[in-house]
Amino acid sequence: MSTPFYVSPQQAMADRAEYARKGIARGRSLVVLQYADGIVFVGENPSRALHKFSEIYDRIGFAAAGKYNEYENLRIGGVRYADLRGYTYDRDDVTARGLANVYAQTLGTIFSSQAEKPYEVELVVAEVGDGPEGDQIYRLPHDGSIVDEHGSVAVGGNAEQISGFLDQRHRDGMSLAEALKLAVQALSREANGNEREIPAERLEVAVLDRTRPQKRKFKRIVGRQLARLLDADGATSTPTDAPSDTEDTDAPDAPKTPDASDTPAKGGDESPQE
Amino acid sequence: MEANTRSTGRLPAAFLTPGSSSFMDFLSDHSPEILPGNRSLPPLQGAIEAPHGTTIVAASFPGGVVLAGDRRATMGNMIAQRDIEKVFPADEYSAVGIAGTAGLAVEMVKLFQLELEHFEKVEGATLSLEGKANRLSTMIRSNLAMAMQGLAVVPLFAGYDVDREKGRIFSYDVTGGRSEEHGYAATGSGSVFARGSMKKLYREDLTEEQALTLVVQALYDAADDDSATGGPDVARRIYPIVTVITDEGFRKLDDTESSEIARAILERRLEQPDGPRAALL
Repeated sequence: MSTPFYVSPQQAMADRAEYARKGIARGRSLVVLQYADGIVFVGENPSRALHKFSEIYDRIGFAAAGKYNEYENLRIGGVRYADLRGYTYDRDDVTARGLANVYAQTLGTIFSSQAEKPYEVELVVAEVGDGPEGDQIYRLPHDGSIVDEHGSVAVGGNAEQISGFLDQRHRDGMSLAEALKLAVQALSREANGNEREIPAERLEVAVLDRTRPQKRKFKRIVGRQLARLLDADGATSTPTDAPSDTEDTDAPDAPKTPDASDTPAKGGDESPQE
Repeated sequence: MEANTRSTGRLPAAFLTPGSSSFMDFLSDHSPEILPGNRSLPPLQGAIEAPHGTTIVAASFPGGVVLAGDRRATMGNMIAQRDIEKVFPADEYSAVGIAGTAGLAVEMVKLFQLELEHFEKVEGATLSLEGKANRLSTMIRSNLAMAMQGLAVVPLFAGYDVDREKGRIFSYDVTGGRSEEHGYAATGSGSVFARGSMKKLYREDLTEEQALTLVVQALYDAADDDSATGGPDVARRIYPIVTVITDEGFRKLDDTESSEIARAILERRLEQPDGPRAALL
């Protein structure tokens, strides 16, 4: 029989953290930003079917970087949690804070359990409020901690650099087109400082739009609407009251005005304020 | 919430088990006591008195389908509620109208809506209209024990089939048996009269407006002969719930719209109390 080595608890935890961090760093980064009418999720994702962002509940969205099977499992767990809670109590009783807590407990337990390998995922849970002050964004690193974020957050491989970039340039009340452009700009910066082009078809974009008349505020932005937002001059308004080329999963009778209220956009300068 | 109270507060295993996109399957795994079908009643003599919803009618027209219901709930010979709503959107392209025990029916609809939404969120795609109709069948079947004791729920399901590009209607019996209806259908205590009315008035080339008038006429005829069905209540401004589903999705007519239809019919019935006459031959 072999004698187990003694490994100090500090060392064991550090090893596990390192393992998880490396796994997450292999994934592409994604960013979540507040804009005037809600919260926008932007990430680079070559796949059209395997989403990084998804709807959890009426006002709650989910974003994840890292290992697909692990975060997909957590996502479905979250949908089940939210639907069960909404069914038992009321739709208004499902909150991002509650969900973030459950995720944190789950990730934390798995992280410190010797029997399981730590999850190589970093999550963002966001809830859109009636006004910008009601928006909530929680970042959940692999170890089960919760970080309450404001304005902008980045997770995944190059997260530190990207969030530094975003912190300097993000401001309150940006229009959707401005926020989207800033996000793409941030994502195109490589670790070595170079910039590369991310074509629109490799972008996954979704919003939690508080101006949507339906109770479900989550919407994917794809196709022509995405192209139009990216093309829009960052300084001008971006009317996107276009045909429904959005992957609009609920009620199609919605007046297509999600971004009309982005007007008037602020200032005329392309360069973001520092 | 249960998810939080067990041991560490992490999501219990059932939440993270992959495989099922059905909320009902998840419930039967995790908390079966919540599922309506798992409740058993003590053996009782006679029927239980509980509010009953009455008549629901549906009719299809080229481009969509309309579904409407009266507003009355009865308990024995009493009117239990004058303004009950018995027609609900199931998801963006379908709606369900319920006759039978109101309390159970509303719960069933809530679970059905959630079932469809849950599938959509987990799978990233919506169920086919047939799939939705079959899910509803399963739910009615699970209520069979209650139905045997007089607490039946009999819905009418209508939706726009995006694949076939037309409105479709499904009717059910208490055992969950489902059949597709062509043209028009009715369920509930006044359904006999409503069906008779639609039989004489229905045409395949109705416009949306005509179809809306047709179902309100049918409800009027049902209320005319069935004491459990409520007619338009002008004094209290309570009018039938009328919904329409087309390729643009579900829409519920607002009070003004449905009152206009009901008032127009009422106006004509002042001269012709039995409503429009069909040709004799």
